[in-house]
Amino acid sequence: MPVGPREGIKNILVVSVVVCLLCSVVVSFSAVIFKPAQDANKELDRRQNILRAAGILRPDAATDFQGLDANQLFESFEVRAVDLDSGRFTDAVDVSSYDQLRAARQTSESRALSREEDISTIGRRENIGLAYFKLDEAGTIERLVIPVRGYGLWGTLYGFLAIEQDLSSAAGLSFYTHKETPGLGGEVDNEKWKASWEGIPLYDGAGDPAVQLVKMRSGDASEIDALSGATLTSRGVENLIAFWTGELGYGPMLKRLKTTGEL
Amino acid sequence: MATGKTVLVDPIFDNNPIALQVLGICSALAVTISMSNTLVMCAAVIFVTTASNVAVSLVRNHVPTNIRIIVQMTIIASLVIVVDQVLQAMVYDISKRLSVFVGLIITNCIVLGRAEAFAMQNPPGVSALDGLGNALGYSVILLAVAVLREPLGAGTLMGIELFKTVNNGGWFVPNGLMLLSPSAFFIIGLLIWALREWKPEQSEELEFKIAPNLQYREAF
Repeated sequence: MPVGPREGIKNILVVSVVVCLLCSVVVSFSAVIFKPAQDANKELDRRQNILRAAGILRPDAATDFQGLDANQLFESFEVRAVDLDSGRFTDAVDVSSYDQLRAARQTSESRALSREEDISTIGRRENIGLAYFKLDEAGTIERLVIPVRGYGLWGTLYGFLAIEQDLSSAAGLSFYTHKETPGLGGEVDNEKWKASWEGIPLYDGAGDPAVQLVKMRSGDASEIDALSGATLTSRGVENLIAFWTGELGYGPMLKRLKTTGEL
Repeated sequence: MATGKTVLVDPIFDNNPIALQVLGICSALAVTISMSNTLVMCAAVIFVTTASNVAVSLVRNHVPTNIRIIVQMTIIASLVIVVDQVLQAMVYDISKRLSVFVGLIITNCIVLGRAEAFAMQNPPGVSALDGLGNALGYSVILLAVAVLREPLGAGTLMGIELFKTVNNGGWFVPNGLMLLSPSAFFIIGLLIWALREWKPEQSEELEFKIAPNLQYREAF
């Protein structure tokens, strides 16, 4: 086969360098100009998830019933960093930029969980967690939202649990990422099922996590209908609620707030 | 010589990339679970295929044969990254649901197929039409699949409730299979069958005839 000037080694090098340069300019340009909008979207998405769990945002829209959007509604929230072991608030991290899930992957900012502790198979737990307080005008807690996560059937479910003013019953639960089977475990997104969490006591008389997902409710107040056809997802949800409201999760903080009542 | 019109219209039914060439099935299975996802995915593929055909066609006389596929892939990958960035900035919800499948447009055989088979030999204008036509052919099939899958699997279309499902207190029992990828295989198969009944010239000749099995008889 004759080798023309187009097939020569020089042309190959020139063409590859030029194409790579042009393409990288296009890619970097788009990455840079869209970055602010993307970051705003991510933050808005996180806020919407928190507000959905708290039952403030309409489930089918990005606004509440008065038409306020997530960023406006979020102004009534106060974000605090919590030392999960002691349950005390801490100033060690900047709450606006702190990434709890990233901290859970750093050995210096998290602790490994032993097999018995790790009931929802998350491997490591961060030392500092965020808590979102909705305060009324007088500054008392109206609602509290905490992040939760744990293994279901196919993967980890990530979501938020909202807690009522009394700091011991659930106000709502909402997952923003999961890999459960559509139609079965995926029904964790079902509005009707999510609504059944409202007012469920999280703790039993001894102060231990008490929520159970059961096939047949026997009348215990802490029982919630499990999802049909999704035993393992239901068990996963039960475990992750028990973990994050328990001693290793936000349990110490809730206990402290209940006794002292101060923010 | 193909005219602009045939280049644009042919791939929609007569030479459909999914139904006749059976390319690009992967994303057809994955994203057709809901209509809104499908529309965004189709728009993304239409942009990428058209733009990559134009770009490849513009450089076709300078690209050495040895590295042509790499050059095409570089162009396609860059365009896909741009689309992904735009989606993340504009329609964050849908971009989150489409997740990896936007990135996987890079590996969609239709895009590279058109770049290699058409844009490398033709001027930019007609290449643009070819890319657009093939992406529309892809979109037609995807939309047809989604229009069946979403109502049967979830009782909704574009997120608007058509049938009230049992879980929400209605009568409709959703077909769980429709929410899983294999259902798109069945639907695409049925669509190909329907298309070949309509246009019999698309059916392939049998390569050989299966002889009747005379050796075994039923045991009584």
